[in-house]
Amino acid sequence: MDTREKDIEKLKDYKYGFTTDIENIKAPKGLNEDVIKFISNIKKEPEWMLNFRLKAYERLKLLKEPNWQKPKYPKIDYQDLYYYSAPKSMNDKPKSLDELDPKLLETYKKLGIPLQEQARLNGIAVDAVFDSVSVATTFKGELTKHGIIFCSMSEAIQKYPELVKKYLGTVIPITDHFFATLNSAVFTDGSFVYIPEGVKCPMELSTYFRINASETGQFERTLIIADKGSYVSYLEGCTAPMRDENQLHAANVELIALDDAEIKYSTVQNWYPGDENGKGGIYNFVTKRGICKGKNSKISWTQVETGSAITWKYPSCILKGDNSIGEFYSIAITNNHQKADTGTKMIHLGKNTKSKIISKGISAGFSDMTYRGLVDINSKAKNSSNYTQCDSLLMGNKCGAHTVPYIKNKNFDSNIAHEATTSKISEEQLHYCQTRGLNPEEAVGLIVNGFCKEVLQQLPMEFAVEAQKLVGISLEGSVG
Amino acid sequence: MSEQLLSDFHKIIKTSKISKEEFEIKKDYLNKFIESGFPNRKQEDWKFLDISQIIKKNIGDLSFFNDYLQSNKIDTSIFVDGLEHNKIIFINGRIEKIDFNYEDQNKIQLTDETKTDVSFDYKNSLIDLNSAFTHKVFKIFIKKNYSLNKPLIIYHSTDDKIKSTNINLRLDFELGENSCLKLIDFFTNNTAKNFINIFYNFNLKQDAILKNYKIDKFKNDNLKYSFNNIEQGNNSVSETFILSAGSDYLKNEINCNLNGEYSSAFVNGVFSLKENQQHEIRTTINHLIENTKSYQLIKSVLGKNSKSAYQGKIFVNSKAQKTDGYQLSKAILLDETSEFNAKPELEIYADDVRCSHGSASGSLNEDSIFYLMSRGLNYQQSKELLINGFLLDVVEKITDSEIKNLIKNIIGLKE
Repeated sequence: MDTREKDIEKLKDYKYGFTTDIENIKAPKGLNEDVIKFISNIKKEPEWMLNFRLKAYERLKLLKEPNWQKPKYPKIDYQDLYYYSAPKSMNDKPKSLDELDPKLLETYKKLGIPLQEQARLNGIAVDAVFDSVSVATTFKGELTKHGIIFCSMSEAIQKYPELVKKYLGTVIPITDHFFATLNSAVFTDGSFVYIPEGVKCPMELSTYFRINASETGQFERTLIIADKGSYVSYLEGCTAPMRDENQLHAANVELIALDDAEIKYSTVQNWYPGDENGKGGIYNFVTKRGICKGKNSKISWTQVETGSAITWKYPSCILKGDNSIGEFYSIAITNNHQKADTGTKMIHLGKNTKSKIISKGISAGFSDMTYRGLVDINSKAKNSSNYTQCDSLLMGNKCGAHTVPYIKNKNFDSNIAHEATTSKISEEQLHYCQTRGLNPEEAVGLIVNGFCKEVLQQLPMEFAVEAQKLVGISLEGSVG
Repeated sequence: MSEQLLSDFHKIIKTSKISKEEFEIKKDYLNKFIESGFPNRKQEDWKFLDISQIIKKNIGDLSFFNDYLQSNKIDTSIFVDGLEHNKIIFINGRIEKIDFNYEDQNKIQLTDETKTDVSFDYKNSLIDLNSAFTHKVFKIFIKKNYSLNKPLIIYHSTDDKIKSTNINLRLDFELGENSCLKLIDFFTNNTAKNFINIFYNFNLKQDAILKNYKIDKFKNDNLKYSFNNIEQGNNSVSETFILSAGSDYLKNEINCNLNGEYSSAFVNGVFSLKENQQHEIRTTINHLIENTKSYQLIKSVLGKNSKSAYQGKIFVNSKAQKTDGYQLSKAILLDETSEFNAKPELEIYADDVRCSHGSASGSLNEDSIFYLMSRGLNYQQSKELLINGFLLDVVEKITDSEIKNLIKNIIGLKE
């Protein structure tokens, strides 16, 4: 067995499918005002935060769950979920890593995120979120030197209430759609990043999410603010244990880029996709939205989506500042019974705004993949342009690939170009690779990686390697 | 509105002779329509242009009563010159004349029925409306191996006798094996505001060829909706050309089912819009079996305050391997107030297919204008030349040279 095969063997059954026995504190099952108060109370939140949550909850009562998406799912009973679950040992927050529950540390080691700073070679600061709460943040000292704030959301609410108050809910208001509002009401933790004026963040910031407890929803909230002239690159990775029931993940991510700032947000999403018969798996209903608030700002989303039973998300950019730029690079791979409905929204409001969308979808097995996107150029967005390319690759005739772009041009100075193709791997390409000594699976892996190259290039190096492997593994068994 | 609908419905029933069964069918359709009303923005297919709002704004209260007993005078000045043709003339929604003088009468069979049921599945309240109020369904059957000598022109005309009225009409065509029909829908100009709801059914047998040209060129204040349902057998070809320019509101919808192997469908469209016009083309091409092909090209030129929308869908069934599907929409926005919306959609369940779509929109290229002006044209001429070239591209796709020239003359395009 060569190393690749070993890798595959190891990963065939979702590598991250273990659970960790850690005592949890849970909020009572169900969704009501008391649970929200419980969450707020246990996190010792100030009153304004509780009011924010309650307001969102009031709003939520009026909202209906949307149902226009392509992948349908059985109705979720929101009263049958735990909205808060935290490792018990976190009750008295550890001051340093040495005090962390060794079992937690072990879990993260299994996941391949060594929290110990000394173990870090590549200098990525990590904030790890386990079930609902953020457990550890590394490299604090280094970051503080630059004035960068990188901590858990709960800590930020305590320590930097002014910043949180000013920006939380400005991009995704509490009056947004159902899942976003649900998150506003019950979010438990997440990451908070603030890059001060003129600072170029010296390292990649990273969050690792893991759902451990059963019957829990994970509702984290991430807020990233890049002040004038700053730059930050942020990575996000996700895993969950194997369970038969479906688990809900409804996070909100808000990005704010002020004048001349740039935010690069990369996601490698590998939630448990369910078994080959489509049983279990995560419902990944995430709201991600960024606003280019200042002039010459830039937001770039990169995502590699290989996990989750259902992925339903549209990382979006609101290009409000003049000359701002929005980018979206995506690879989405679905296999077995996975379903994905993903894409982006580019809303051009400022002058000379530009956006670019590159989306690559690969579907295999019985899966279904949809690209859905909106490009909206407002009548005031003079001289703006958009370029969209979405390509789909199909493997087998039991799967589906769909493209649903919405294009709205209300400005005669602006240009929109959209291209989409759907095809399969050509016999010639396969044949050529095979004559060069690759077996069919390796050949497909090579061709698919070539197909995705444009997007993989956008990822930071360490992530790119991981993503490339994931691409190969996700398609395991779909050839032939 | 529902009271108006009911009273007008009974008024029509009184004047027409229909059986109890037919009455019940119509009544069902009416009830279905009353339940859902005119389509609005909340429905995905009507997202871009909301017909219920447009009717409210342009017409206000709509009357549904149409007196089919009373005949209308035919104004011969509307006839197309320079092309020998067969005629069907609709005036105010009533067929005044059917004339197949150029054809072998044994090869064409005409019937009319008062039964208005619809044989396919749909989700469209305007078809319910049509089925409830259509006076008669005319069926035109072209027999095996017969190609019509001359094209058939259907004139759609209204005069000032009716105003703010909903007109519904329906024609069913059956093209027998290896037959051929060239059909031109010709909309004349007029000032009365009516809402015209046209519903055509085409059934193409093996090797049949249908060419349908819809010409709405002359400025008129009508709102129109046209729905073509096309069923295609083995090796059949359908070609649809839409010139969408005259009405205040026009939505053309094409639903095409490629049921037979090697069948193909072509849809080409031109929007040329000015002041406050709002037009839309929506196509659904269903590739249901192997080796089928579809091609769509839609171009828009949009003046002040005008709006065009294109919603195109290519559906490929898991059986339909070796499908070839193509969609391209382009738009030139001439004014700050013009707007172009597109939703080119692919829904694919088979892997061995070639499907692509493209959409581009923007303003006229200033460099091209500069080039032409450096050659001695003035600004206006350069602009016109570029626009003509842009649109000519679509007109050139018309496969019948006689009709192509006619359409070029009507648009005023020169080569």
